[in-house]
Amino acid sequence: MFNPNTRIGVFTLIAAFMLAMMPLPDWAQAFRPDWVTLVLIYWTMALPASIGVTVAWFAGLMLDVSHGALLGQHALGLVLVIYIIHAQHQRLRVASMLQQSIVIFFLLLMKQALVLWVDGIMGRAPDTWLYFMPSLTSALIWPWVHIILRDLRRKFAYKTHY
Amino acid sequence: MQTLFLQGPSVTLRALILVIASIVLMTVDHRWSQMEMVRNTLSHLLYPLQYTIDLPIRLYYWADITLSTQQALLDENRRLEELYLQNRIRLQKMDILERENLRLRELLSATPKTGEKVLIAEIINVDIDPYRQLVIINKGSNDGVYVSQPVIDAQGIMGQTVHVNANSSTVMLITDASHALPVQIDRNGLRANAFGTGKIDYLDIPYIAQNADIRIGDTLITSGLGGHFPANYPVAVVSHIERSPDEAFARIKAEPLAQLDRSREVVLVWHNPPQPPPSDDVQP
Repeated sequence: MFNPNTRIGVFTLIAAFMLAMMPLPDWAQAFRPDWVTLVLIYWTMALPASIGVTVAWFAGLMLDVSHGALLGQHALGLVLVIYIIHAQHQRLRVASMLQQSIVIFFLLLMKQALVLWVDGIMGRAPDTWLYFMPSLTSALIWPWVHIILRDLRRKFAYKTHY
Repeated sequence: MQTLFLQGPSVTLRALILVIASIVLMTVDHRWSQMEMVRNTLSHLLYPLQYTIDLPIRLYYWADITLSTQQALLDENRRLEELYLQNRIRLQKMDILERENLRLRELLSATPKTGEKVLIAEIINVDIDPYRQLVIINKGSNDGVYVSQPVIDAQGIMGQTVHVNANSSTVMLITDASHALPVQIDRNGLRANAFGTGKIDYLDIPYIAQNADIRIGDTLITSGLGGHFPANYPVAVVSHIERSPDEAFARIKAEPLAQLDRSREVVLVWHNPPQPPPSDDVQP
């Protein structure tokens, strides 16, 4: 019932969730890239007709559950990020890796700020600038994520234009 | 295979609806507990992933036991037997004291203390959020775990359950920034609240007057006020006191006694909060 695109999409998303929960040493936890968002961004750019805000919303809810956050906290940020990516996917596809990374950096900053805002309302905002580090590490690691996912898609999924 | 025209509502409309849905969800989740059902359903999808991540660590512990030498096992056995003997001796005294306590409480017609049922659970080793103090344990509602159930380890109070799923639960440690715990000093019964700070190594004890009788090294125990936690379990040791005359309260920090970042096994406690005395029972 699943076509190859869906299968590889679900597989990479599961891998992203596992990377997001993988135990890391304490010092490294603050630097963990936002794997789920990166994978969703890639699939939105590659297959905008099938992956979009609805998938992002459900993935966001899963993130909320795994983070023990309020339901909707990450979902809200993810929907906005994926909405912007979706609207600009044609422009982003022809942009260079560096430009893509810069865009992703600012989009993730926005997402993190939204999550932080809600945490602040709940009275449990972390008081360190390291909080925004995942945006930077995600932007830095984006080129590799992009290449790996593109190769996977070319190998296992239908040929598309991108 | 790619659809030329998007079906259904436009992406902008969908995004707008989802944004509003997120905000509504957050509000509902914050104020009411109905969303626990949604959370539990989604947790069912996450649990296999968490279990898989934990598997290598589980394997390591298993291999550690299976592959250890007979000599090491014998040594450990001897050590544990010694410890068991020591504890037995201490327990003999405890038994007598407990019976005496019960008799005295009966004389005072106070509510008798009931024994607490316990269950050992294991921590599932997954990272949740570096800025929250949450852990996942491998016991859930199938084992009778309930929301805001106290969790302890051999040294003291660790935290309480916040989300309970079928086979796992999320435990909020006492150091989480949104956790507060009613405590008292075991030396003089001075009551206070221990607030989590988001850092694993200290708690904040606010609203203690400058001249209050509190010293470094004092042990804080649960006071049982609030009803969630059983009374008289050790919580933390006062580690830092700063009294400055231009502030209304002293700044006090305390180090949690429980091994919050090292325990692998934790204990769930079933505790029956003492019933309020009947109103027609006039106190002298």
